[in-house]
Amino acid sequence: MTTHSEEHKTHILPLSLYLNVGAALLTLTVLTVVVARMDLGVWNAILAMVIAVSKASLVALFFMHLKYDNKLYAVVFVGSLAFLGLFIILSMADTETRGDLDPIRENPIVREAIIYRDSTRFTNGHETSELDTAGAATDSADVVSDSTATHSTDSQTPDGH
Amino acid sequence: MSTTHADAHPKFLQHHFGTAFQQQESSKLGMWLFLLTEVLFFGGLFCAYAVFNAWYPETFVNAHKALSWQLGGLNTMVLIISSVTVALAIRSMQLGKKKLTFNLLAITVLLAFVFLVIKYFEYSHKIHLGQLPGNLYTYTGIEGTNPHLFFSVYFMLTGLHGVHVVAGIIAISWMMYRVHRGDFSAEYYTPIEMTGLYWHLVDLVWIFLFPMLYLIG
Repeated sequence: MTTHSEEHKTHILPLSLYLNVGAALLTLTVLTVVVARMDLGVWNAILAMVIAVSKASLVALFFMHLKYDNKLYAVVFVGSLAFLGLFIILSMADTETRGDLDPIRENPIVREAIIYRDSTRFTNGHETSELDTAGAATDSADVVSDSTATHSTDSQTPDGH
Repeated sequence: MSTTHADAHPKFLQHHFGTAFQQQESSKLGMWLFLLTEVLFFGGLFCAYAVFNAWYPETFVNAHKALSWQLGGLNTMVLIISSVTVALAIRSMQLGKKKLTFNLLAITVLLAFVFLVIKYFEYSHKIHLGQLPGNLYTYTGIEGTNPHLFFSVYFMLTGLHGVHVVAGIIAISWMMYRVHRGDFSAEYYTPIEMTGLYWHLVDLVWIFLFPMLYLIG
């Protein structure tokens, strides 16, 4: 390992850069709120994400010095985002299309309402005592299957059980 | 004391590194790898948000109106300003201004506490109304299927983020103590820089949480 201390001299960024980036971030925050108050349909979500990505880029490039530091760090960071994207895309490719090609025989995704606790249940003494006597082994899954059964679906439990 | 000369062996330079620069670069790589695990840590909850939002878009639109965009926006401002102050604290130490570094770190901790206080008011309001995750949900004012799922995602994401804010307060306070103790100089400030990177990541996560939860639902 050779030593070239001169070319490794710390690059100190000007004060104005930090203040300008900070001002830009605050402006974009106001902008994203203003845009969200308008009804733009699907563009609301798209614009909100575009602004969020812009703000995140400013923070990463200037505050976290990715623009000036060894590019290996940028590769690590962008790599983490790429794998996060893969994770979400592949998960949603499953949850959004499950059963489209083949009918699901077991554990279909249950999208209808799951009511954990209706408003009368815990004010009603009988119901409450029934829950109490159900014992310590009773977990919320029992309450779930109890409630979903009233929706007359094929499935007795939500997915994951 | 000048430590930029390669032959000097400053006391902050650990013996297994050739130069201070190499030591600093290694620390930064390690920190970025840690931040990578943090992105994936939050990633699971971001994925849950994406899946449930795709399943119940109307519920998410209706439920997000239960959150106060004013308080969320205020907290966004607080975190952005704290990101500026921590970045300026590092710059001050690069210039060797220890007192200024200490003060800027103190302002950062103060802003982190402001964030948590605002969060406390938001949480207590929701707990009072029963807008809570899963089977704790007792609120009845939100139309749509499974509104408790929105609050499950909300409390998990903001809760995990809040834990990171608390960890940031501890880390930055520790840096304040070390600045006060005289550990750092214009030549050596790597721990403050790493703490700053962590704090910026906490800010980055919130930059996405704010529009996702408070604005578009």
